[in-house]
Amino acid sequence: MLSEASRQKIELLKARYRQPQAVVLAALWMWQDEHGWVSEEGLREVADLLGLPYHHVYGVVTFYTMYNKEPVGRHKIEVCTNVSCMLRNSDRILDHIRKRLEINVGETTPDNRFTLVEAECLGACGGAPAMQIGDEYHENLDPAAVDRILNELK
Amino acid sequence: MTTEDLHELAEKETDRQRQLRDRILYCAAAGCVSCGSHATRDAIKKALKERNLEKEVEVLGTGCMGLCGEGPLVKISSDGSVYERVDEETGRRIVEEHLCEGRKVGAHLIDTSQPFFSSQQKIVLEHCGKINAESIDEYIAAGGYGALARVVTEMQPQDVIEEIRKSGLRGRGGAGYPTGLKWGIVRKAKSEQKYAVCNADEGDPGAFMDRSVLEGDPHRILEGMAIAGYAVGANQGYIYIRAEYPLAIERLKLAIKQAERLGLLGNRIFESDFNFRIDLRIGAGAFVCGEETALLRSIQGRRGRPRPRPPYPSEVGLWGMPTLINNVETYANVAPIINRGSAWFAGIGTPKSTGTKVFALAGAIRNTGLIEVPMGIPLRNIIFDIGGGTPEGTEFKAAQTGGPSGGCIPAEHLDLPVDYESLATVGSIMGSGGLIVMDSTSNMVEVAKYFMDFCMDESCGKCIPCRVGTVHIYGLLDTISRGKGTTDDLALLEELCVMVKETSLCGLGQSASNPVLSTLKFFRHEYTDLLSKPESFVPSVSPDPASAGPADGPAANDGHDSTTHA
Ligand SMILES: Cc1cc2nc3c(=O)[nH]c(=O)nc-3n(C[C@H](O)[C@H](O)[C@H](O)COP(=O)(O)O)c2cc1C
Ligand code: FES
Repeated sequence: MLSEASRQKIELLKARYRQPQAVVLAALWMWQDEHGWVSEEGLREVADLLGLPYHHVYGVVTFYTMYNKEPVGRHKIEVCTNVSCMLRNSDRILDHIRKRLEINVGETTPDNRFTLVEAECLGACGGAPAMQIGDEYHENLDPAAVDRILNELK
Repeated sequence: MTTEDLHELAEKETDRQRQLRDRILYCAAAGCVSCGSHATRDAIKKALKERNLEKEVEVLGTGCMGLCGEGPLVKISSDGSVYERVDEETGRRIVEEHLCEGRKVGAHLIDTSQPFFSSQQKIVLEHCGKINAESIDEYIAAGGYGALARVVTEMQPQDVIEEIRKSGLRGRGGAGYPTGLKWGIVRKAKSEQKYAVCNADEGDPGAFMDRSVLEGDPHRILEGMAIAGYAVGANQGYIYIRAEYPLAIERLKLAIKQAERLGLLGNRIFESDFNFRIDLRIGAGAFVCGEETALLRSIQGRRGRPRPRPPYPSEVGLWGMPTLINNVETYANVAPIINRGSAWFAGIGTPKSTGTKVFALAGAIRNTGLIEVPMGIPLRNIIFDIGGGTPEGTEFKAAQTGGPSGGCIPAEHLDLPVDYESLATVGSIMGSGGLIVMDSTSNMVEVAKYFMDFCMDESCGKCIPCRVGTVHIYGLLDTISRGKGTTDDLALLEELCVMVKETSLCGLGQSASNPVLSTLKFFRHEYTDLLSKPESFVPSVSPDPASAGPADGPAANDGHDSTTHA
């Protein structure tokens, strides 16, 4: 279930647009912010709130990569492996995290602490190699910096 | 709010600043924040407090100061000194030595007469690194919203469009379409309801210009959009921004709130009958949503799939209504053009590419970061004077512009002027401003493969050439890069590239082959060196006639063949 506050926000947004459909992306974000990922229940609730067929919301959520379609760990580590970062050895960063956490890209640690994914350009190429964890950016990475950052995340 | 009120606000803020003993500016853009500029700020504030200076010296966060590779950056307002790599200890020393004792902290001081600073010309970024990105008062004190005031109270929409047309401004989102022309089309379209949209989806790998402008000077975009809204007859604006930019989103939200509170957005702006609202729409990670028709669908809450054009959004856009779409940097140029006149703007750059362009320098280059240069400046100046060249011990090999839609420019074309037309002559494009430098250690086949991997992942799947073609091209590149490819594979690769380019539905597919075609054109030997020799291979026979250049002469193909892949 979405919180009352989010439900109210959705009602407000609905009034702002010509069609309730326009609120789908925002509503899915709210669900993900509250639950960490978008479950089947989330899709149904969003569809209900906006008066849309389920398959429409399903179509949207599967199109956009930033919606988590499965539960993720408390911290989602997104390592940029795009060109500027590749030119500055993002492979080494990814490998280091993989080894350290003993998981592969797309997986979550058993203690549910970290999920590791590869990201497209984060727009942080000036500080390549870069990664994003939640809203935080970390740039100019080397393995030691990665260790420091991960140690601080519980 | 009237024009007089605006002037009053500006004066009040200017007075406030004048009464301070000094101002310490720290870069609060994402790059510097990630290397600890907040800790630096706290250390500076603490040091000021210890000396009872906290009331006389203001500490403020600004937009990107440019030299992202050397952050955190700190600037002293009174004498313009800029410091690099300012950790907490250095921050404390700056207060102690520079502010109190008048001695500069030599080891961290940047020489601002170096070409990195002196070769630049800042219009879009003029406020970045100078004003507090979170203060509308500072924006107004710097002349902000003055252009909107003038437009709304003194100019007819048609005159605004004419002014933009005469300035020669072209879209900075990649294609370079004349902005005044586009505004005119939306203006002429007959409809009760029109929209103005800002494309802040910036997805090109290597590009972070728009992010910096949004984080560093968000009001500039709001003002540009409002002026555009007035000119084309829209009363609602949307900024479509990618979710990967949380800081830019925060700053925009704040800026919109501030502008609404002062009546600079909303109803009856400057007591006229012009109404304009701006809402944020946040993407969810799909590169193709940067394409305008896909973007519009995404705003409407649908899968972001492009559709064929025409009709163009200028005529049939959001919910079927005429919709203006411009890029962040395009909007950022609007207020200065109104303030200083189209003739001033047209005098910068080249006759066909006027004004400046912001570039994001990344890859194998010493000064990574954000720069703004007049159009037409030789590539060499950007790479060597401003960028400081490639890292120690390596040689410049190529610069990639235009991201996955662009091409690479090899060393022999270093003197090429950087403008829309010249870049096209060597098979690259201006693109949105990402400039990725490759040095002698970079493997061009790998680079091409990377871009193709990106396009393959980001293809929306609607049209077959792009959905299937990119997978096959990637497969061939992979085979070749692993040393398993044959001359037939190479021939097939070229054929496929051309086919995908010519038959795809939207710009993503149409341009996806560009990095391959361009690396093939200039670095063909890197491909052929990797080919496995088929059994029937007879070394004395001349190379495969299908290939456009010599099969294996390093850099022998200097680009003088007539094919351009613009
Ligand atoms: C695949 C694809 C991705 C694009 N991504 C962006 C983008 O991230 N930002 C942008 O401003 N334009 C992007 N464009 C260009 C837009 O379609 C459009 O031309 C532009 O927003 C128009 O604004 P302008 O005239 O101010 O450049 C993209 C185009 C394509 C084909
Ligand atoms: S390529 Fe990694 S942040 Fe741009």
